[in-house]
Amino acid sequence: MKRRLQAALLYGVLGSAAVVTLLPLLWMVSASFMPTGEATALPPRLLPSRLTLEHYQALFTRLSLARYAVNSALLAVGVTLVSLLLNSMAGYAFAKFRFGGRDRIFQALLAALVIPGQVAMLPLFLMLKEMGVINTYWGVIIPGMASVFGIFLMRQYAVSIPDTLLDAARIDGAGEFRIYWSLVLPACTPILVTLAIFTFMGTWNDFLWPLIVLTDDRMYTLPVALANLAGEHVQDIELMMAGAVLTVLPVVVVFVALQRYYIAGILSGSVKE
Amino acid sequence: MNRRIDPAYWFLAPALSVIVIFFFVPVAASVLLSLTDFDIYAVASRADLRFVGADNYLRLLHEPLFWVALRNTLYFVLIGGPLSVGVSLAAAVLLSAKVVRFRGVLRTIFFLPVVTTLVAVAMVFRYVYHPRFGLLNYGLSFVGIGPIDWLGDPHWAMPAIILMAVWKNFGFNMVIFIAGLQSIPERLYEAAGIDGAHSWAQFRYVTLPMLAPTFLFVAVMTMIGYFQLFAEPYVMTQGGPAHSTLSIVLLMYQEGFRWWNMGYAAAVAFVLFAIILSLTLVAMRLRRQEPLGTPLPGERPDAFRDRPSRRRQKKAAPQGERKSASDSESNDSSTVRAEALEARLPHSPLAAR
Repeated sequence: MKRRLQAALLYGVLGSAAVVTLLPLLWMVSASFMPTGEATALPPRLLPSRLTLEHYQALFTRLSLARYAVNSALLAVGVTLVSLLLNSMAGYAFAKFRFGGRDRIFQALLAALVIPGQVAMLPLFLMLKEMGVINTYWGVIIPGMASVFGIFLMRQYAVSIPDTLLDAARIDGAGEFRIYWSLVLPACTPILVTLAIFTFMGTWNDFLWPLIVLTDDRMYTLPVALANLAGEHVQDIELMMAGAVLTVLPVVVVFVALQRYYIAGILSGSVKE
Repeated sequence: MNRRIDPAYWFLAPALSVIVIFFFVPVAASVLLSLTDFDIYAVASRADLRFVGADNYLRLLHEPLFWVALRNTLYFVLIGGPLSVGVSLAAAVLLSAKVVRFRGVLRTIFFLPVVTTLVAVAMVFRYVYHPRFGLLNYGLSFVGIGPIDWLGDPHWAMPAIILMAVWKNFGFNMVIFIAGLQSIPERLYEAAGIDGAHSWAQFRYVTLPMLAPTFLFVAVMTMIGYFQLFAEPYVMTQGGPAHSTLSIVLLMYQEGFRWWNMGYAAAVAFVLFAIILSLTLVAMRLRRQEPLGTPLPGERPDAFRDRPSRRRQKKAAPQGERKSASDSESNDSSTVRAEALEARLPHSPLAAR
C-alpha cells in the first residue's frame, strides 16, 4: 500500500513538472493561432476560439520573415559545414600525428575555454570592420569556422581509430588527405553528427554576436529579428508568438529527431560512456 | 618520423589560424583596448586614441552603474545557480527512481527548453509574466495572490528572470546528474538497505556523497554560465526597471556597442573574465585536493573505496598533471573533460561567440 502511494506521488510530481515545463511552449503555440486580440482577453484563454493562420501570413508577407529564416538557415548550415571540416581535420591531427609541441598546443587551446567569448568581442568587431565583413554573412561565419570544443570532441573520438588501419592505407599509397577523407571521416560519423547538431543549434540560437555584427535589417537572423520586432509590435502578442514558434520549431525538430546523438555528446564531456 | 610532421601541420593550420586570429589575437587586443580611451571618435579615426593606463578600471570602481550590474549578476548567479542545480538534481533523482516508466518521454520533455531559442522563449515569458493577460498571474489569482507586475517591478524583475532561467536550463544538468546516478553501483544501495537505511538515508549517505564530484562540476559550470547573463534582460526588460536587471554583459554591450565606449567596455569584459577565471581556479583547487584515490571533501572516506574507476574520469585533473606526449593518449581524456563541457553550457563562452 505504502509503495503504491509512493509511486502515485512520484508520478504526480513528475507529471505536474512535465506539464509546467511544457505549458509555456504549448501556450506559445496556442496563442499563435488565436485571432487578433484573443491573447489579450480577460480572463486569459488557453485555447483559441477558432484557428487562424493570419499571424503566420502577416509574418511572411508584411514582415519578411522568410528573409530572416533564410539568413538563419544559411548561417547555421554554413558555420556547421565549415567548422565540421576544420575541426575534424585538426582533431584528427591532434589524435593521430606526432609533432613538436602537440600537447602544448592542445593544452593552450583547452586553457582558452576559460576565457569568456565576450572578452574577444570588442576587438573582434573592430577587426572584422577593418576587413569589411561587418553586416555580411562572413561576419558570423568567420569567427565560427573553428572551435576548441569541436576540435576536442573530434580528437577524443579519432584517438580510437586503429593506427594499423591508417598505416595500411599509407602502405597502399593513399595520400594523407585521401586517408582523412575516405577513412577517418567515415569512421567518425557518430561524433560528426553530434558536433553538427551542436553547431547548428548553437548558431541558430545565438543572439549576442549576430546582434552585434549584423546591423542591417535585411541581414538579421531570426532571434535578432524577433528581438527587434518585439520593440515595435509589443501589443501584437499573437504575432510575436507566431514568430517565436517559427524560430523555435527547427531546433526542436532537429533535437527530437536526433536527441540520441545530442545527449551522447553532452555526456561524453562529463561521463565516460 | 620526420616525414609525418608536414601533413599534421597542414591538417592543423586552418582551424588553428582561425582560432588564433579570431580569438587569441582579439583577447590580447582586448587587454590593450581596456587601457585606452577608445570611444566613438576613435571608431572614426584612430588618431584620437589615447593610452590611459588603468583609468578605465579606476572609473569602474567609481561608477555606480557598474556596481549595480555586478550586484544584479551576483544575485542572478547566487540565487539562480543553486536553484537551477537543485531542480536539476531533484528531477534527475525522481526520473531515476526504479518504478518510473515513460522515462525517455519525460526526459525529452524536461530537456526541451534547453534546446529552444532563448530570444523566442524570452518573448513567450514576457507574455507569461504579463501583469494582466499573463498565465502566471492568472494561475496565482486562484490561490489569492494578487497581480504582480513581474517585469515592471524592480523587486520582481530579477526573480522572474531567474525563474525563466531555471525553466530553460534545468534539463541540461539533469541529464548529467542522471548519468552520474547511473554510475553509482547498485550494491552500495543494497548494502545500505541491509544496514537499515531508508530512502532518505540512502539518498543522504549514498547518493549525495557519490554524486559529489558531478555536483561540484555542475555547480561551477552553471555559475560560470550564469555570470554571462545577457539575452534574458536584453529581450525582457532592457536591463530595467530602474536597472534592476542590468547584468555585466548587458552593461558591456551597451557601453561598447551602443555608446561605443570600447575602452571602458573592454575593462568591464575583463572584470567578467577575472571572476570566471577565479571561479575556475577555485574549482581546480577543490579537485586537486583529492588526487587519485582520495575522495572529495564531504565524501565518506572508507565505505566506497571500491567504486569503479570510470567514476574517476569524470573529474578533471589539473592540467599540470598531464603526462608526457607518448602516453597522453590514454590519459588526457579524463584531464580535459570538464573544460570541454563548459563549451556546451547554455550560456557558454563559445555559444556566445
